[in-house]
Amino acid sequence: MANDALQKEILQNIPPLRAFAASLTGNLSRADDLVEETLMRAMADGTSRDADDVQAWLFGVLRNHFYSDYRKRRRDTDEARQGGGETEQFNATLSKLPAEQREALILVAGSGLAYEEVAKICGCAVGTIKSRVNRARNRLSQLMSSKSQDPNSDRPFRPVMAAGGRY
Amino acid sequence: MNQRIHDLSWDPGADKKKPAKAETLRMRAEIGRQIRAMYDEVLNQGVPSRFSDLLTRMDGHSNRASA
Repeated sequence: MANDALQKEILQNIPPLRAFAASLTGNLSRADDLVEETLMRAMADGTSRDADDVQAWLFGVLRNHFYSDYRKRRRDTDEARQGGGETEQFNATLSKLPAEQREALILVAGSGLAYEEVAKICGCAVGTIKSRVNRARNRLSQLMSSKSQDPNSDRPFRPVMAAGGRY
Repeated sequence: MNQRIHDLSWDPGADKKKPAKAETLRMRAEIGRQIRAMYDEVLNQGVPSRFSDLLTRMDGHSNRASA
């Protein structure tokens, strides 16, 4: 693909890349560092790519970079964010899932990608993704239910607040 | 590929014969809603100038390199 066409494709994919990176790192500024490193890698070797698989390719580059390099350098990436907003609280609960379950759930439920595309990005079988999504959803339900039953809670689905800030 | 799925079709357990309990369905819907909210919060920020600037710089660099 010509460089300007590739650049345009990459630009369009930056918002979903950031959203995916934020779900992996649990932190938007770290997500942006990860996206920047992904873009540099992508631009360095992307000229042979077809336009139709740019999104899956970029997600795959970002994911591989996160697991192979980025995560080793930043041991604390899985720490839950502390914050008052609903999204931050949900993200703190989400961070308790194993990374591979979390990413499967986010890619399927958040990005709206088909299972086949998520499987391609994660380099595994479609059945594995379905299984991970199921396990992620069941575990999240447990976490959210147990917190919402806390006697200190009057706010179901707000697990951090429900736990009285003990996270 | 960019088509968003805004129903419960992302639920891989949906095709099982055993009917899910109302509470389970409610929880699944809530999880889907929270994940989309989290995802959309970032999507709605568009492209920060940090990245458009980076791509422009890299493009200029590679054009010079190939000239």
